[in-house]
Amino acid sequence: MTSLLAVLIDGSIYASWLFLVAAGLTVIYGVMRILNMAHGSFYAIGAYSAASLVGWYFNNGIGPAWISYLLLVGAALVAGLIVGVIIERGLLRLMYGRDEILMVIITYALLLILEDTMKIVWGVNPYFAYQPYSELGRTSLGLLKVSNYDLSLVGVSAVIGLVLWGLLERTNTGKVLRAVIHDREIAVAMGVNVRLMFTITFVIGTILGALAGALTAPAISVVPGIGIEVIVLAFAVVVIGGLGSIGGAAVGALLVGLSRAAAVHYAPEFELFVIYGVMSLVLAFRPEGLFGRTLARKI
Amino acid sequence: MRFDKTEISLAAVAIALVLFGFVSPGWLIFLLTIAFAKALVVQGVVMQMRSGLVSFGQGLFYCIGGYTVGMGGQFFGIHDAIAALSLGMLVAIAVAMVLGLLLTRYRDIFFAMLSLAFSMILFGILVKSPELGSTDGFNVHNWTIFGWAPDGGESSQHTVFTLTILAGLVIAVLIHRYTKAGIGVICEAVRENEVRVEYLGLSPRWLLYGNYVSAAAVSALGGGLTALATGHVDPEMAYWTTSGEFIFIALLGGLGHVAAPFIAAVVFSVVRTYAIELVPHTWQMILGFTLLGVIVFLPKGLWSLVSRKKAGERA
Repeated sequence: MTSLLAVLIDGSIYASWLFLVAAGLTVIYGVMRILNMAHGSFYAIGAYSAASLVGWYFNNGIGPAWISYLLLVGAALVAGLIVGVIIERGLLRLMYGRDEILMVIITYALLLILEDTMKIVWGVNPYFAYQPYSELGRTSLGLLKVSNYDLSLVGVSAVIGLVLWGLLERTNTGKVLRAVIHDREIAVAMGVNVRLMFTITFVIGTILGALAGALTAPAISVVPGIGIEVIVLAFAVVVIGGLGSIGGAAVGALLVGLSRAAAVHYAPEFELFVIYGVMSLVLAFRPEGLFGRTLARKI
Repeated sequence: MRFDKTEISLAAVAIALVLFGFVSPGWLIFLLTIAFAKALVVQGVVMQMRSGLVSFGQGLFYCIGGYTVGMGGQFFGIHDAIAALSLGMLVAIAVAMVLGLLLTRYRDIFFAMLSLAFSMILFGILVKSPELGSTDGFNVHNWTIFGWAPDGGESSQHTVFTLTILAGLVIAVLIHRYTKAGIGVICEAVRENEVRVEYLGLSPRWLLYGNYVSAAAVSALGGGLTALATGHVDPEMAYWTTSGEFIFIALLGGLGHVAAPFIAAVVFSVVRTYAIELVPHTWQMILGFTLLGVIVFLPKGLWSLVSRKKAGERA
């Protein structure tokens, strides 16, 4: 019973983290049709900015602890905005119109560049920002002690999911974005500024990636290479849910999160296997993912 | 059997390289061996690219080839290099025949992602297998060739080098014939427009399937040779960044000629050796910018420099 509870709790925490990481990826693909391999680097940039800012804040003992949470989010917003605008305007804009698969390779090149840029900016030594994590303490759930920070991650990711959904479904910009998703050419013909929409989408995507990194930073040591590990996980989640679908990413995250938690508790040797196993299974039966749209073949 | 100009030049270069092996310093031999072994894996990537599929998981077969050679010697008493390499190719073919049934239903990014997932599955299994050394992998040594055991160091390095060159030559000639044959030409037609190929009464899916399986065998051979050359295998061989490297080399060389992957792999290895020594923290960045440069300025790869020059001479 306890282990089942542990699986459920671990699973939902892991799932909410996965959703945070995958949301930006799916938003960018949905609108721009770019499967962004560099998304993991945005995550890493967010983690580094947050860790260095929060680390600096606590080392100087300037003020109360609650401000550090604002710093986490603030660091992610600023880093995501700057990086997103630079990359979309400076690189991707020049590449639009190429094959989807070529865009994957282009973002792979971007990933390689960003990985080393981070090494130049932040060096190769680990950064820590554990204070926001330890500050919140732990809660006992039955026999288990769970970190409050991890638990609040579930709430945060639910809020972010809802905000994204609201943005897309309830605002004017969201309507226009959906039009672009549905048919880019008609949207242009109707006078939509698709270029602007692309910039907005990409920046939202980078901010989401950076936010995921910033919120994870207190729980890990931030070292080079964290983005590379994360990106394949995010791919698995997004592909399971259906590329471009936010609801799909949520379901994919839950599926992967729970199965990984179950694997960790019952058969630890299958921990990594399970994630890609689920992905291959889903793809075998529903190639477009659980919530993806089937596209007619173009001749 | 008649040989065309390309095949004769390939053979001439191969003979020259084997002879060069007798006078060249050890480090250069090692570098070239690794480069050519990797080029074989890249040949597998290129074979699929020609029909429009980009595999982000060719490391799967690279790893299978390497591990089979290693495990053959470690657990099953297969010490003969040729036997171990062939076994690696057979295992890869068997795996590819199963996975291919599923994978050939996908195109574009879906093929890329699913092939990536399969290689990550193998990675996940290997890092959790303590019998196979988990993340550290294990050493490959004590191999023989036709009953003759090279006495370690220089001698075995030289043997692997010659073996790699010969394997490379055979594979290159086979692939060259394949691309020139009718069925190889259809691969490009599938890339251009798959539905039309289907209208003409051919099954693109089975073509892609055959491609996928043969690419797997070629890549496994490359993996096995790498294992013999470095004397070590580890799960990193199946990690997705390794597959990314193969795509990089494939694009660098281009699809224009069977020799392109070999040239690109040598360029890649030489640049990497110096870059890691001189600028260890910007090595990947150099790679990234080169990749962007190739995509924008040399969409047909380094080989287009050669063919452009030829076209210029003719005009």
